[in-house]
Amino acid sequence: MAVVKLDSGYNIGVDPVSCTFSGHPAETPAKKPHVPQKNDLPALSIVSTGGTIASRIDYRTGSVTSQFDAADILTAIPELGKVASYRTIPLASILSENMTPRIWQELAHAVYEEIARGVAGIIVTHGTDTMAYSAAAISFMIDSPVPIVFVGSQRSADRPSSDNAMNAVCAARAATSDLGEVTIVMHATTSDDTCSIHRGTRVRKMHSSRRDAFRSIGIDPIGSVAYPSGEVSLNRGAIRRGCRKPGIHDRLEEHCGLLQFYPGMSPDLLEAYEGYKGLVLAGTGLGHVSTSLIPSLHRLIDSGTMVVMTTQCMQGRVCDRVYDTGRDLLAAGVIEGGDMLPEVALVKMMWVLGNEQDPIRAGCLMQEDLKGECNRRSTHGL
Amino acid sequence: MDYNAIGLTAGIEIHQQLNTCEKLFCHCPTLLRDSSEHSGEFFRYLRVTESEMGEIDRAAQEEMKRERKFRYYTYDTTCLVENDEEPPAPLNDEALSVCLTIARMFSMTPVRQVHTMRKLVIDGSNTSGFQRTALVALNGALPNGGEIETICLEEEAAQRVKDDIFSLDRLGIPLIEITTSPCMHTPDEVQQVAEYIGMVLRSTGKVKRGIGTIRQDVNISIRGGSRVEIKGVQELDLIAEVVRREVQRQENLLAIGQQLLMRKASVPDASQDISDIFASTKSAVLKKAKRIHALRLEGFAGLVGCEIQPDRRLGSELSDYAKKCGVGGIFHTDELPAYGVTAEEVGAVRARMHAGDQDCVVIVAAVNDAQAACALQQVITRARVALSEKPVPEETRKMLETGSSAYMRPLPGAARMYPETDVLPVIVDDDRWNGVTIPELLTVKARRFAQEYAIDHNYASQLALSEKLPLFERALTEGIKPKLAAFTILSTCTELRRDGVLIEKITDGDFLATWHAVESGRIAKEAVPDLLKGLASGDSFENVIGKLAPAVSDKELESIIRKIIANRSEFVDQKGRAALGPLMGVVMKEVRGSVDGKIVSELLKKGIDEALSGKKS
Repeated sequence: MAVVKLDSGYNIGVDPVSCTFSGHPAETPAKKPHVPQKNDLPALSIVSTGGTIASRIDYRTGSVTSQFDAADILTAIPELGKVASYRTIPLASILSENMTPRIWQELAHAVYEEIARGVAGIIVTHGTDTMAYSAAAISFMIDSPVPIVFVGSQRSADRPSSDNAMNAVCAARAATSDLGEVTIVMHATTSDDTCSIHRGTRVRKMHSSRRDAFRSIGIDPIGSVAYPSGEVSLNRGAIRRGCRKPGIHDRLEEHCGLLQFYPGMSPDLLEAYEGYKGLVLAGTGLGHVSTSLIPSLHRLIDSGTMVVMTTQCMQGRVCDRVYDTGRDLLAAGVIEGGDMLPEVALVKMMWVLGNEQDPIRAGCLMQEDLKGECNRRSTHGL
Repeated sequence: MDYNAIGLTAGIEIHQQLNTCEKLFCHCPTLLRDSSEHSGEFFRYLRVTESEMGEIDRAAQEEMKRERKFRYYTYDTTCLVENDEEPPAPLNDEALSVCLTIARMFSMTPVRQVHTMRKLVIDGSNTSGFQRTALVALNGALPNGGEIETICLEEEAAQRVKDDIFSLDRLGIPLIEITTSPCMHTPDEVQQVAEYIGMVLRSTGKVKRGIGTIRQDVNISIRGGSRVEIKGVQELDLIAEVVRREVQRQENLLAIGQQLLMRKASVPDASQDISDIFASTKSAVLKKAKRIHALRLEGFAGLVGCEIQPDRRLGSELSDYAKKCGVGGIFHTDELPAYGVTAEEVGAVRARMHAGDQDCVVIVAAVNDAQAACALQQVITRARVALSEKPVPEETRKMLETGSSAYMRPLPGAARMYPETDVLPVIVDDDRWNGVTIPELLTVKARRFAQEYAIDHNYASQLALSEKLPLFERALTEGIKPKLAAFTILSTCTELRRDGVLIEKITDGDFLATWHAVESGRIAKEAVPDLLKGLASGDSFENVIGKLAPAVSDKELESIIRKIIANRSEFVDQKGRAALGPLMGVVMKEVRGSVDGKIVSELLKKGIDEALSGKKS
């Protein structure tokens, strides 16, 4: 079908056979607005991985313009100009489901460079689907004295009701606040009233489409940003600006997997992980898989694969000392993953196995709290 | 008035809600709710976005002059799609079918591949900030020779509860928009075309009925004037009046324009802060104001207060523009001193603004300097149009109760359209189009009723246009006599409604049961009003019928009649057969309408005859 735009603005699809070529329209370059920045405001860097803070199709040039320099962003969201001055780093332009550990490493380097440059904070724009994985990855790879804030939008930026602007403004507020850790800042409720600040290792996308899809799991959000006032409140547990010295540890072991157990699961599936350096299991309840899988697990571990147990309940911690199956799993060499989220445990495993060769010490690291991913106490409940 | 001479051109857009099971882009019912039943609420801000051509729509730009927080009511019959928290479901196929049927009824050409668009509307009435709309067919014909340009399938907007509060029950109900060409030239013609289109729509039996379910927008211009769109005319009877009043308004604006030109009027940019003059004013509005600014309109004296439509002055137009910045309105010296503003204060203002006798001064009360400047800039814009060569601005206006209108926003352009990337296009192939069946027009149906059922023509026509038409047709298929059903629907219901009976509470099933009871002789047709009254009060059918009329057997009836005649033997002797009439009433009262009047009359006649002949023998 050929799509015709009528004078009224409506599009209709017509049979291409009924169309005749009449010529190309004159190409008009997209307007480039000049937006002055206030240099007396804190300096922030925005690293883009393909999140939609400001993007649209430009039919005049016939291509998708990246819409990603400070002028574009400030034109789309003028309120940002009152919070900080900006530098932009276009790192990638991908749908977040296409994110890879390799790009996490590039992102870590870009972020580290900006920290070294001395900016007040870094905003990472990111598609929401795998944002939590990336936030966890950067949490483990980077030690930062300044806030690193991941932000995106659940409703596309080309609609008047998009959450992009409010999320971006709140992210900028969080990035200029007293924070000193990797976070995700997104809508806290369906209303445009507050954004939550989530710790990068304790956050999950819990709804496929709602604005307030991101939730801290097992802990409260570490802070919030009121909108439109921009007032930032940080909880006691939030790591403050300047507490950590800058550092980067970018090695990752990619041969790691994540497998969710289900009733009747065949041992064949476990055997497919032979040769992997590590496997995270999302077991049932306190951290179980069926007894019939234990011999296969035994073999897998004996052959050198690290296996960490987490719970598919999401909330609560693993305890393999209560029931027989659990004890058998421990005897087979499975490591309890505490209250780590399964996908965070996977990212952490990649990082741990990338940086620690000794299996005993690697196992200890998996159980140690490195960046807020493991809580020693269960305080939150449901 | 000779509308031809002034070059009146008018077109209409008709918006009609469809009575489908589900909404256009989600699976919620198309149920309107009472706002007091809302189960939750949330709020949002909307911001203007660019069209796919990289432009910003002027109407949207105007709505953004102040930041507005919109509050929305949710119900157990709304979902995340209305909340703009979930992508839309595919285009409702039932709604598309109705739309195609209507397109065929107007001999239109269908669009081969229907594309859903987003029409930018950021007045809060759509949670997303746009209304989804799809052009379904083009180029239709009207019997008066006029044309229907397009038919679109749209989603209904949310209902405004109050100020910036909206109710989401209505959002997403399928709506068709029919746009005629500017092919009408008198106010009455506009009304007739609207009536005709309305009749065609109702012939499908698939449109919602009742107030608010159909709305007309009227596009009007006269020679020298401009195209003005008046939105939201809900009563058909008002359309002609709306057109007449808009003609009047445009003529008056043209005349004012002439006057201003002759006076060499002008609108300088310079506004001034005159807050100090009103430091101890008695005017409640000005006393509350944080800042008060004024603007001199040179050569405008007397014209700002000039009536251009019943209850509307040029000043009202200036005020409407200023309100876009969030102020309550404006004052102007044509109407002062008044509203607590004294002659001294007016004098001081005129002096400060260096206003001569020919000048008018506009005053605005605002919360801060920026708002005052915004409002007066709007006044400047509108006043400059008044003295330009084209003194009637192109506008979207809203109808006021009486048929006059107030400014809403500039006419929107094509820049408000953006493709709805979340909805896949739908193909309308030849099979689908050729398979569309055209329903019988209500006017044709009325003629048929009159002929087939020997009903009075007027009556038949009323019946065909009645909301209860489907009930009538169902009754016929169930073997009910047409006259019984027609009489109940048109006469009995109207009378009961007049007496305050809530007819709408009676279900179709109860109506049918009532008629079956009459047809089977269980109740007399005279008992129908009492039965309906009982049903309207919420009682069950069996309960009402039980309370109403203990069944009277023929034997009992004969005995009742005998007793009544015996008790009044003198009266019967005196009146002879003429006693029938008065005694009918007595018997009917006794049997409380549970017996058909015809049977009573026959038996009574027999009884009277017997009594009279008995006396003779």
